[in-house]
Amino acid sequence: MNPLHEAPPLYRYVLRLGDLALVLGQRLSEWVGHAPALEEDLGLANIALDLVGQARLLLAYAGEIEGRGRGEDEIAFLRDQGQYLNPTLAEQPNGDFGETIVRQVLLDAFQLALYERLTSSRDERLAAVAEKAVKETRYHLRYSAGWLVRLGDGTEASHARAQRALERLWPYTVELFEADALDREMAEHGIAPSLQDVRSAWNGHIDEVLAEATLDRPADNQPFTWFGKRGEHSEHFGYLLAEMQYLQRAYPGARW
Amino acid sequence: MSAAAARSVRGAEDEARVQAALRALAAVPDPELPALTLADLGIVRFVNVREDGTLDVGLSPTYTGCPATDHIAELARRALKDAGVGAFSVRSVLAPAWSSDWITPEGRRKLEEYGIVPPSPAAESARAWRAAAAGLIVACPRCRSARTESISEFGSTPCKALHCCLDCLEPFERFKCI
Repeated sequence: MNPLHEAPPLYRYVLRLGDLALVLGQRLSEWVGHAPALEEDLGLANIALDLVGQARLLLAYAGEIEGRGRGEDEIAFLRDQGQYLNPTLAEQPNGDFGETIVRQVLLDAFQLALYERLTSSRDERLAAVAEKAVKETRYHLRYSAGWLVRLGDGTEASHARAQRALERLWPYTVELFEADALDREMAEHGIAPSLQDVRSAWNGHIDEVLAEATLDRPADNQPFTWFGKRGEHSEHFGYLLAEMQYLQRAYPGARW
Repeated sequence: MSAAAARSVRGAEDEARVQAALRALAAVPDPELPALTLADLGIVRFVNVREDGTLDVGLSPTYTGCPATDHIAELARRALKDAGVGAFSVRSVLAPAWSSDWITPEGRRKLEEYGIVPPSPAAESARAWRAAAAGLIVACPRCRSARTESISEFGSTPCKALHCCLDCLEPFERFKCI
């Protein structure tokens, strides 16, 4: 049995939030030096930086809840695959710029809807992190949505690639809103919002962006569900961790 | 997490230490924008005296991922040490979240002199993620032309966006509104 199931529920919930920020930030940082233009290189790097900043706050908090003396770095770099609780969508490979933008719009809108509601969490610490993060997330969505509109409503080629990326990534969004026992427990305690509410806000953002981008919203209810948020990840995740953790695994405790 | 208990009654000596600490912190330059001080940016949250006499210093981070945050805390510690205010500890205070509205009028003036357009009220940005930049006129800090365009929401540091003037053709930065 995974000892994670015995960990305090709040610890696991905070990991879900922190790991989403960490893994998405790691993926975006892979673009540094490779983006289509200098401005986009800066844009993606800045968003990655915000996300890693959010992850630091959340993982440090998770470490305090766990109470075993682990700090943000240990939690970020020294866990194994099954102990990361980010949604599977966050770890999906960057693909081309369009695919990265589609993934970003889907998750920016999710984080925005979630953080907006977490600002009134009964957990003061989470509310404070959310209050800070929600301002940054608005900028992130403005950036990613702006690009999705340009790509979707751009040339035939850019439209086709954006639509293809949307079709590929859409099934992973199911997991974001499927409330399990942990989500329900957190909602009952007033710590987390109901995922139902998060979903309606997310739908509002997504439908608006897709309409302007002239992209078709894929059908919901596809028979496909991943559960990265329970520690069951896609095949891409091990490679991401191998790169992200390399330094701390090879040189334990290295600092600079 | 509740803040450590602060002394309810401060003696004259405590008061002098607090004032000295505030003066020292106010003069620390921002590492990325050396024209501005921590006071100009509005990130010195409080200086309290704890029961044990330690000064409890709270600073607001601007952006969660801003690499300058740790550096700023380090500069603040050095300034407090140099000012000889006695025992102190510096911590980061998340709530209330820092807003670009907290930049002082003096800070805004210095930003402008430095060639960076000061932020407009954060409420405009908070209203909607879509419409925030729409309809907002950002005047060129060099030639004052109102004919400018947004190049990128992200600039050389987390707190700045990139714009370009359509008249004098110079690119320029604008402080983001959060």
